[in-house]
Amino acid sequence: MLADALLLQLGYNATLVTIGAALLGIASGVAGTFLFLRKRALVSDAISHATLPGVGLAFVVMVAMGGEGRSLFGLLLGAGLSAAFGLLCVQWLTDRTRLGEDAAIGAVLSVFFGFGIVILTVIQTMNAGRQAGLEGFLLGSTAGMLRSDAILLAVSAALVLALVVILRRPLGLAAFDPGYAEATGWSLPRIDLAMMGIVLVVTVVGLKVVGLILIVALLIVPPVTARSWTERSDHVVIIAGVVGGVSGYVGAASSATAPALPTGPIVVLVGFAIFLFSLLFSPRRGVLASLLTHLRYQRRVHVRQGLLALAQGQPIYEVLTRRLLERAGLVLPDGVPTPAGQAAASKALLDETRWAIVRGDQAYALAATRYDGLTPIEDVLTPDQLTEVDGKIDAPQVVA
Amino acid sequence: MGAEFVALSLPPILIGVLVAVACALPGNFLLLRRQALIGDAISHVVLPGIVVAFLVTGLIATGPMLLGAAAAAVIAVIAIEAVRRLGRIEAGAAMGVIFTAMFAGGVLLLEQSDTSSVHLDVEHALYGNLESLIWLDATGWASLLDPAALAGLPVELPRMALALVVIALFLWLFWRPLALSTFDEGFARGLGIRTAPLGLALVIMSAIAAVAAFDAVGSIIVIAMFICPPAAARMMTNRLGHQVAWSVVFAALAAVLGYVLAGYGPLWIGADASVSAAGMIATLSGIILGVAAVAGPHRTRNG
Repeated sequence: MLADALLLQLGYNATLVTIGAALLGIASGVAGTFLFLRKRALVSDAISHATLPGVGLAFVVMVAMGGEGRSLFGLLLGAGLSAAFGLLCVQWLTDRTRLGEDAAIGAVLSVFFGFGIVILTVIQTMNAGRQAGLEGFLLGSTAGMLRSDAILLAVSAALVLALVVILRRPLGLAAFDPGYAEATGWSLPRIDLAMMGIVLVVTVVGLKVVGLILIVALLIVPPVTARSWTERSDHVVIIAGVVGGVSGYVGAASSATAPALPTGPIVVLVGFAIFLFSLLFSPRRGVLASLLTHLRYQRRVHVRQGLLALAQGQPIYEVLTRRLLERAGLVLPDGVPTPAGQAAASKALLDETRWAIVRGDQAYALAATRYDGLTPIEDVLTPDQLTEVDGKIDAPQVVA
Repeated sequence: MGAEFVALSLPPILIGVLVAVACALPGNFLLLRRQALIGDAISHVVLPGIVVAFLVTGLIATGPMLLGAAAAAVIAVIAIEAVRRLGRIEAGAAMGVIFTAMFAGGVLLLEQSDTSSVHLDVEHALYGNLESLIWLDATGWASLLDPAALAGLPVELPRMALALVVIALFLWLFWRPLALSTFDEGFARGLGIRTAPLGLALVIMSAIAAVAAFDAVGSIIVIAMFICPPAAARMMTNRLGHQVAWSVVFAALAAVLGYVLAGYGPLWIGADASVSAAGMIATLSGIILGVAAVAGPHRTRNG
């Protein structure tokens, strides 16, 4: 069943929804990247929670006008309007009062959500059973969607994606170098407005798929994941899009297999699994990679200090140092250096002596900043400079 | 009116006020430390904690559920910190990653396990059921002095009161170091105050408030009370002591007015059913914040 779902064999509607969710995931991954780099990731949490009263009110209005109240387009329109109002409130509280953005976000999300709950309970009493669809907006549900809704979802997801692709240049500029963006004539407030608009549309389109509580994850997890794979801005955007797309695709597909399976949590958990894998195993910024780098560094320090001790004829007591030297064939098990060990030790001592001279001489001030106790001095100075340095080494003197 | 009010409305109102104040107190410091959204994160992760506790013990009992929720809160705080440091990610994004993942895990566990026989669902976790906390043994105001009737009070009331006492005691004992480390962490450290454990203790106090309140009122009211009353109080004064006092007043006001409006408001306009009290209390706290943001004497950054 799951394999069928992943291969889009579950019928036309499910296929549309799954493709729509994948497109939405790509769009949100890309849009989320700009949001994340502007350090405003959690604003999307306020936006998504602020959609609830709009959904409820739209339902009430549609019923009052004699409709059935289930038109997805109408509900999403209401969601968009109230989300925009919530966004304005966050902006106003941050700009005009002493509250920080975090407090403004928290206040808006809790108050709007609370008010949304009030409206939902009002709807419950209006006419029992008719609000069944609205609960799906909390956690997302794509099972049993109408054909028209599925088409609406897929088309709007594709439109958002197109919008993000068109606006990627100014958005990226503002995210990575706001100063440069302003200097080249872009209006930063306007770019921010466009970014927030895109985030808002992504949130509203994603309501039915991921649900308003968890949609924030679709905007945050992909960029955070992408960040651990690359240092390049254009790559971050692409990888974030891929991560978002995969999460959306797998989440929507597996949710289609069982009506009781809410889409949102699956989408989020798929994304989180990719994030966790990246955090641990990505080649440069991953935890495992950092750990290995650290261990390698530690060993180099041990070997170096051991060699210096050998050169000065001191015994080595440190266990790890002895083991490392022994394994490299530099000392024998009883602590006596091998010929190779003696050579390496003399080399280390010479290196250290040269460094000491370089660091004591103003003329080499720049080179001296490269000293870390490990770098061979040949990497820093030219052979000519080395000869000059060697001239300053004191000749051995007879101890009187 | 008397007997009905004491039995049906007094306990929920009291619990609402206790919850509001217990959350608003640590909320003041979280707000000033720019950690306002910690409350948001904690109240989301309470759900997986409770679900796991239920799956492990197999019963809906207060003890294991509180323990599970508290454990989840602590795990979340540690995980956020770990992701922030290991992934070199800013705190807000780290928080967003962890609490959504844990909440999603909780929802999925809940949907996959057989919890249909017990009262445990996502909606309940989000907006609780304040209205159901009634006091069946009460016959009137006189019941307040009757030990037999008092024994029938909803258990949430004494539990919440205890949580409030613990939190108030913590703030009273550590007032000076907390205030110092909130406003000038470097100076506080210079005085020998260990700011890191103190900050963690504050987060744990917030978790206690959130976990104790969660069962009675759901997480939405908890988030609202962590942020809105302190934020409104911030617009009223420049003094920490006054701010805390204002926030307590605002929190209690929102709880009482919100409950009354939710319970009786619809009747006044001719409808026959009530609306969600938790949602109404959150809405009221937002209105108070709105008024303070427009008219509070110290609403701008430079005054």
